[in-house]
Parts: sequence; C-alpha cells; structure tokens
Amino acid sequence: MKQLLILSGKGGTGKTTLAGAFIKLAKAKAYADCDVDAPNLHLVMQQSGNPKQTDFYGLPKAVINSDQCTHCDLCRKNCRFNAISRVNNIYKVDVYSCEGCGVCEVLCPENAIVLKSVAAGKLMLYEDEAVFSTAQLKMGSGTSGLLVTEVKKQMNSAAPDIGFAVIDGSPGIGCPVIASLSGVDMVLIVAEPSVSGISDMERIVKTAQQFQTKIAVCINKYDTNLVNTGKIEEFCKKMNLPFVGKIPFDAEVVKAINKMLSIIDVDCISGRAAREVFSEVHKILFDES
Amino acid sequence: MKLAMPVNDKSIEASISDTFGRTSYFLIYDTETQKSVFVDNSAANSQGGAGIKAAQIVVDHKAEALLTPQCGENAAKVLRPGNIKIYKTQYVSIKDNIAAFNKGELSLIEQIHSGFHAGHGEK
Amino acid sequence: MKIAVLSGKGGTGKTLVSVNLAAAASESIYIDCDVEEPNGHLFFKPDDIVLEQIMVKVPVVDENKCNGCRTCSDFCKFNALAYINNKLIVFDEICHSCGGCVLFCPKGALSEKTKRIGQVEYGTSKNVTVITGRLNTGEASGIPIIKKLLHYVKNKNTITFIDSPPGSACSVMESVKDVDYCILVAEPTLFGVHNLTMVYDLVKLFHKPYGVVLNKCLEEENPAEKFCREKNIKILGKIPFDHELGMMNSNALIAVRNSKPYKVLFASLLQTVIGEVQHETIVNP
Repeated sequence: MKQLLILSGKGGTGKTTLAGAFIKLAKAKAYADCDVDAPNLHLVMQQSGNPKQTDFYGLPKAVINSDQCTHCDLCRKNCRFNAISRVNNIYKVDVYSCEGCGVCEVLCPENAIVLKSVAAGKLMLYEDEAVFSTAQLKMGSGTSGLLVTEVKKQMNSAAPDIGFAVIDGSPGIGCPVIASLSGVDMVLIVAEPSVSGISDMERIVKTAQQFQTKIAVCINKYDTNLVNTGKIEEFCKKMNLPFVGKIPFDAEVVKAINKMLSIIDVDCISGRAAREVFSEVHKILFDES
Repeated sequence: MKLAMPVNDKSIEASISDTFGRTSYFLIYDTETQKSVFVDNSAANSQGGAGIKAAQIVVDHKAEALLTPQCGENAAKVLRPGNIKIYKTQYVSIKDNIAAFNKGELSLIEQIHSGFHAGHGEK
Repeated sequence: MKIAVLSGKGGTGKTLVSVNLAAAASESIYIDCDVEEPNGHLFFKPDDIVLEQIMVKVPVVDENKCNGCRTCSDFCKFNALAYINNKLIVFDEICHSCGGCVLFCPKGALSEKTKRIGQVEYGTSKNVTVITGRLNTGEASGIPIIKKLLHYVKNKNTITFIDSPPGSACSVMESVKDVDYCILVAEPTLFGVHNLTMVYDLVKLFHKPYGVVLNKCLEEENPAEKFCREKNIKILGKIPFDHELGMMNSNALIAVRNSKPYKVLFASLLQTVIGEVQHETIVNP
C-alpha cells in the first residue's frame, strides 16, 4: 500500500480540505488524521458510527501522597521544571508542568512520590468501507509524536495491503511532523502564497528532505497573491522539486466544509483544480512517466 | 553468530515489523545453533528516543548483525560503536530473511534517516 | 496588562490580530511565543535586534570515573543515554535536562554542560517592542524559550500582546499562565468551531477571562458565531473576509499601518479589549 502524506508547515493552508478531496478521488481504503492536537478530517469525511476507542497514555506524571510527606522540600528544590508547589505545607505536583523525569520519585526519603500513568488522549479507529485512524490529544499534553506513531500503526494494522493511503499531517516542523514522515512513500506540501507561508514551506521542505521520500509541492489559494505564487514556483525549480499544480481561492470551499462535504462533492473551481493536482501526484507516487 | 530482527510476533513463522524502534518484539537468532530467543521491546512505549533504547537491547543481547527494514539516526549511533552491522531486510517473512542472509544476499543499509528528535542544527 | 491571543488551529488569524492590536496601541510589546514557526517579525521587520541565546543543561561524562553501572541510563525516562562498548553515549537533543542522571551517578562521573536550543530576538518597530522566540529545528521542547519570553514582561506595565502557539498543548498553556485576558480567534467554519472548543476549555481551566474575535466573516450564517451565542461567550469584534486584507497579510503588511479602515477597526477592537480587561479587574480583583 502506498502512503501519501500531506504537510504544510503553516496551519490553515488547506491540508485537510485537500486530503479529503484526495481520499474521495483515490477511493482510498485507508486514511489517517495525524493532526492529533486539532483533528479535523472526520468533519470532511462525515465520519459517523462508533469507532473503536483506545486510551492513550503519555509519560507518567508524579503524584505526591501527602499522608506520607514529611515536608523535607527535597522534591521541590530539585524539580527542574518548577512543577512542585508548596502551599500551607502541602506539596502538590502541577500535572501540566511535570515532565515525568522521575527525579522526585527517587529523591523522596519517604517514598511518598510515585509516577502514575495519565490518560493523555484517545485513539479512534473507524472500520467500515475504509479504515480511518485518528486521535485526539487531551488538552495540555506534551509532545504528540508517540500518539502520531500510534495513529499510523493503527491504520497500518487494520488496512488492506492494496492501493492508496492518505495521511493528513500536522502543522509545524516538530516531533509530530517527523513522526508522520517515517515510512511514507510521498509527501505533498501544500503551500500558501504569503510571506509567512513561504517561510514555513521552506522549513518543511528542509525537514522532509531528510527522509528521502518523494516530495512534491502545490499551491493553494494561489490567486490571492500571484507574485508570491511565482516565488514558490521559482523555489521549486531551484530545488528540483516537482511542482504539481495550483488551486485557486474559492468561496465555495467554506460552504462545502460547513455542509461537511468535500470540494469534490460539489462542482467548484477548487475541486476541479484539485483533481488535476491529484492526477499529477498519482503519477509521481506510482512512478508513471 | 547472533542476528537481531524486529518482529511482529513471538514465532519464527511471523513477519518482520515495519519499525525498528517501536517494534513489539525482537528475535535474537543464533545462526550456529539455529535457536530463537524472543525479547519484548521495552522501548515501544517510549515518548521519545525509542530507537536508542531498542538499539541498547540489541547490543545487550550480543547480536552481531541487525536485519531491519530501516534504521534511524539515533539507533545507528548506538549500533555503530557496538560494531553491529545493519542489513536491509528484503522479505516480509522472518525465515526468508534469515535464508537470504545466510546466502549473503542481503545488503547493508545505505541511508540512515533522521530521528524524531534529531538536532538538525539551527535555522 | 497582558493579553494572550489564541486559536485552536493554525491559520485562523492569531498573528493578524495580535500584530495589529499591538500596532494600534500607542505603545506596546508584542511577544511571539510560537517558537517553532514565529511569524510576527515578518510583519514588524524590527530594527536594532539584540539576540539572546537560550541554553539548557545536558550531561557530560568523565570516562575515567565511569564504571558502566548504568544507573544513569536505567533511570533516564527519555532514553537519552546509552552504554555501548564500555562507553556512555549522551543524546543531547533528546535530553530533557532533568538533572537526574547527574544527581544519581554513584561515581560522580556526570556533570553538566550547556547546550543551545534556540534564541530570543529583541527589537523595535515604531511604537512596538517586538520579542521573538525561536526554537532550533529538532529540539524537544520550546518551553524554556517561552518561559524566558514571558519573564521579560513580568514586571512591565506596557500593554503586552502574546501571540500563542496554535493548539492547546503544554506550550500554549505556558504562554497563557500569567496573562490577564485571553482573546480567542475563530474562523467561520466547522473546523474553526471544533478547534475553538479546545481553547475555550483551556482558558476556562486556567480561569482566565476571555472573549472571541471572529475572523474571515462572510455574510452567511457563521457556525463560530452560533457557538458563541449558544455558550454566551462575549464576541469582541468581527473581522470581515476581505480580499484587500488578505492581500496585505500575504505581503506581510500590517493592516493598521497601511489602511485607514483597518486602523479604525483595530483601534476600536483595542478599546473593546481594554474595556473588558479593566472591567474584569474591577469585578475580579
């Protein structure tokens, strides 16, 4: 099964909207939403029904048993993350600041501190006509690279070994993005023709190139700034990156999203342009010249 | 000699895992005695740096070669000083890969990919 | 007065709102806490840049003292230490700088050295002091940088706008910890509402007063507006979906400094926000 990952660097470029279109065009039997901080793909795919849910446990966090605490202050003094507070001689760990390093657990002379698993999110798996793997990270949780890996693993175990899988990636260039890059056959970068969009696109290209997968670039809302669109095309030429098309800004997109439809389901200019981008991506992914 | 492989199940009939760092189990296979030992991968649930811990397990079990579909930078940094040769698997089945290794058909991994937390230098 | 600007997802207009509110004030501080992808400085193009390197501590081993007991690598929850061929290897980029290995080494073989994870850039752009945090690619956490950014304004009286990272993860929490008010920016799509609920939950958890700015508003019914009315959330203002604004934004131009109507819109929004913050101070001192 070939895996296509859609990334953007910056948020709001249209990754999820385009991912939804591609899933429909490819009639993909498997897809995943790796944007675990703010998953949106299920809204486009109109996913209903009951997914299989699994709790996801992140790093365990320290818990202080106040009955055993003798207020020696060793824990608070040695916590590098300022996660332990003392109020009225009661010691408490701030679960959002605690990084689960375990120093306090070892230091406590009374064994009053234990690291406990905390549910940091939920994994969801829908299995009907297609396999859809997604997750939601709980508010305040730390790095989501592990959860992204679990989302992909979940998709891969449930999915058939044929055809095409589409992965909606997360924004940024950090750990969750790198986690989503591992094992994919091709990355499509959706760029936005703005100064910040170009800046973020360059960073994501640099990151993706480390993985030696096929990379292609397309521009969304290209007609909002033709000069910047030109700059992106120049950049692709210079870096020898296949430029697979540009999609115009389309007011119909918002209407489609709000009706929970994909841009392929309605007749609109962005949908038509997306079809052409898809056809180019397909050629590269399956090595057709 | 001892070979290590990331595998999906505790059986010689099982398949090679997609991932090295987060595989569920390792197979340590002795080519001379043809004995198999299956080890749980405690790195699988790590938040980060899974490749490092997984590689440490391989080193601690005195494997001389690792057969894997891919290998990350962090794991490679641990395996190289241990003089462990890293070969790229060609088949899904464990048995097929062992046979290929014995015939000298597997090649060494050329490209090490960057780790989840690799420092790429400043922008 | 410290005001954080948040949104559940990227691309909704956090930077647009925080940059323009800062520009609309007579004197202000703008802090970019989106340390993975700071964008505010692209609009301000600040002068007189002063750089400050942000360092964290990582362990370093004295091989003469190390006897391979592996207390350190067994302890490390982040897998930043490995022991191969009688040598301890430290993985700097993975280390969370907790100091545990150094504390617990029975032979005192570990000490600490500093490692650079990013920088803070201080500059000015007319009436705005622009402070940008930047995390190096691949580093584990931007929180030490965000802490430094916020430490700078701890005792400052000038009105401060904090451009938070998108989402609701721990880096966002760090950026709103000590603020007086939170502006939530929402876009008028189902995606926007879905993600608004996350930051809405976050600000309630931190007991921060908040209000919503609706961005990219069209004439149709707006699911984000509907959500606010249902939950009785104060709508501070609406920014229209406007081609001219989009154009300025894509060219990294600050609307307030380049367009009279937007100067008026953001000045009015600023007054509304200040009014809300002052009201909160009276009601909840």
